[in-house]
Amino acid sequence: MIELRDMIAAKQITATEATQAYLDRIEKYDGQIHAYREVYTDRALERAAAVDRGEVTGPLAGVPIAIKDNLCTSWGHTTCSSKMLEDFQAPYTATAVQRLEDAGAVILGKTNLDEFAMGSSTENSAFVTTRNPWDTSCVPGGSSGGSAAAAGASLCAASIGSDTGGSIRQPAALCGVVGFKPTYGRISRWGLVAFASSLDQIGPFTKTVADAALLYEIMAGRDPLDSTSADVSVEPTQTETQPDQPLRIGLAKQYLNDNNTPAVADAVERALAIYRELGAEIVEVDLPHTEYGIPTYYIVATAEASSNLARYDGVHYGHRTDAPVTDMPDLYSTSRAEGFGDEVKRRIMLGTYVLSSGYYDAYYLRALKVRRLIKQDFDNAFEKCDAILCPTTTAPAFEVGAKSDDPLAMYLNDVYTVNCNLAGIAGISIPAGITDDTPRPLPIGLQLLGNAFDEARLMRIASQLENKLQAPRLTELQPA
Amino acid sequence: MTNNDQNNNPTNSGDIHITEDDVRHVAKLSRLKLSDDDLHHFTDQLGAVLAYVSKLNELDVDGVEPMAHPMDVTNVFRRDEPESLYTADQMLASAPDAHPPFYKVTKVLDDGSGA
Repeated sequence: MIELRDMIAAKQITATEATQAYLDRIEKYDGQIHAYREVYTDRALERAAAVDRGEVTGPLAGVPIAIKDNLCTSWGHTTCSSKMLEDFQAPYTATAVQRLEDAGAVILGKTNLDEFAMGSSTENSAFVTTRNPWDTSCVPGGSSGGSAAAAGASLCAASIGSDTGGSIRQPAALCGVVGFKPTYGRISRWGLVAFASSLDQIGPFTKTVADAALLYEIMAGRDPLDSTSADVSVEPTQTETQPDQPLRIGLAKQYLNDNNTPAVADAVERALAIYRELGAEIVEVDLPHTEYGIPTYYIVATAEASSNLARYDGVHYGHRTDAPVTDMPDLYSTSRAEGFGDEVKRRIMLGTYVLSSGYYDAYYLRALKVRRLIKQDFDNAFEKCDAILCPTTTAPAFEVGAKSDDPLAMYLNDVYTVNCNLAGIAGISIPAGITDDTPRPLPIGLQLLGNAFDEARLMRIASQLENKLQAPRLTELQPA
Repeated sequence: MTNNDQNNNPTNSGDIHITEDDVRHVAKLSRLKLSDDDLHHFTDQLGAVLAYVSKLNELDVDGVEPMAHPMDVTNVFRRDEPESLYTADQMLASAPDAHPPFYKVTKVLDDGSGA
């Protein structure tokens, strides 16, 4: 992406040519990938032309970017891949998207997701299942599966997603791209359709760590429109700089177990060898509450979701039933039943249950206490190390349909990613190799977790590994 | 679930049992109209998830401070000055049915006959 940006700046290629090239690729390949929900051909070309006329400038001038369809824009639709918002046109633009446009980016379109960002495969989209560009019989991961697939298939120069329990890092791993979730509060959530407000965070999908760092720096920083956005200065990431020495890489036994497929376990070993060679010290850290992350997450996230999604009432915006109704509660209940898919309904009901009278203490309050224990695990670990190395997922992409009837099996996809959100720390997934024991090669991702507001160091540590790993890229898409 | 809290308290029992009546009640609280088929299906699935999350009962959390948010957030106040970011018409444009400057909904009051 930075290369393309520099070529446009040096007038080796026009922004219009770059944008048209991506639009052509979308036209040619997206019929099999289904990464996009909506493509803004005319608007993108107009923006690109403005860059070429010198009217739009900035560190992303002319760079074509895709955004997840749960980020509001004052143009087009913002659907969250839900029937509830199928016709919704937001009156305003999300701060993160606005900052990208202010930096000169060309927004190509909106990408598919699991409905309201609830899922790990993008199969929960009310409209279409996105396919993994490495093997279209497999899922791209989720919930930001459209953004991950678009970045992986080079249907954009980079893309933006959101991560509540792994929804950037997990699909990034499965699609062979870099996916970065900054510290909670780093990037304004204004205009990001709320799922779980104490966990949601926006972040980029890119080909390289340096690209992710640039997009992060542009989007990050205090925003008066989001009172939970952090008022902490954004340090330049400087990925070309060596991390401070001596570098200490943390390794937790809780992330290294028999659930990891051999390809994943091998990737961890390769990364450790690289860090050792670079002179890093490998430090054993203990994260004893790791296994409680998924149950804690599914209580906290659903509780918050049940509250956030109460706003869809069939009155103010979104779907309203055409069926005859008897009174207002019937209007709400019928509209919501028609507008929401099964996974969203399950999570709303689970969240309502754990918050309800008689169950609040046993479930919700207990989960908040375990959340504290998980956070303390990380606090203790980061006293001993600069970043924690672990897999992003236990296994590469699975086949479409393999887990769609078993919500619990689907939830366990996020076993290595949710604790980062519960603790509010930063995490990045980088491509670490490909499988040789699947019908087609599938990418493997490695995750590095860094302490809150320590993104700059985390990016330097990740960049160092990326340079040595030289993971294979997807060069050619399967013929349609 | 309103009447049998004592028997159904998950802290006292590892045996999580959620009934179709429980799910019917939760669906009502959630404003979701469910068919009988849905109820049956969701009862099984929610039961499995609740059984799984009861794993948290293995931990002793006495004295642990609950963590509702990753940051030490406090309430943020702004000056109480009126500002107009969007007009009523702009916001009403998203409504499924409107009678500007009002949202239009189904009849909520009866006709006064007491029926």
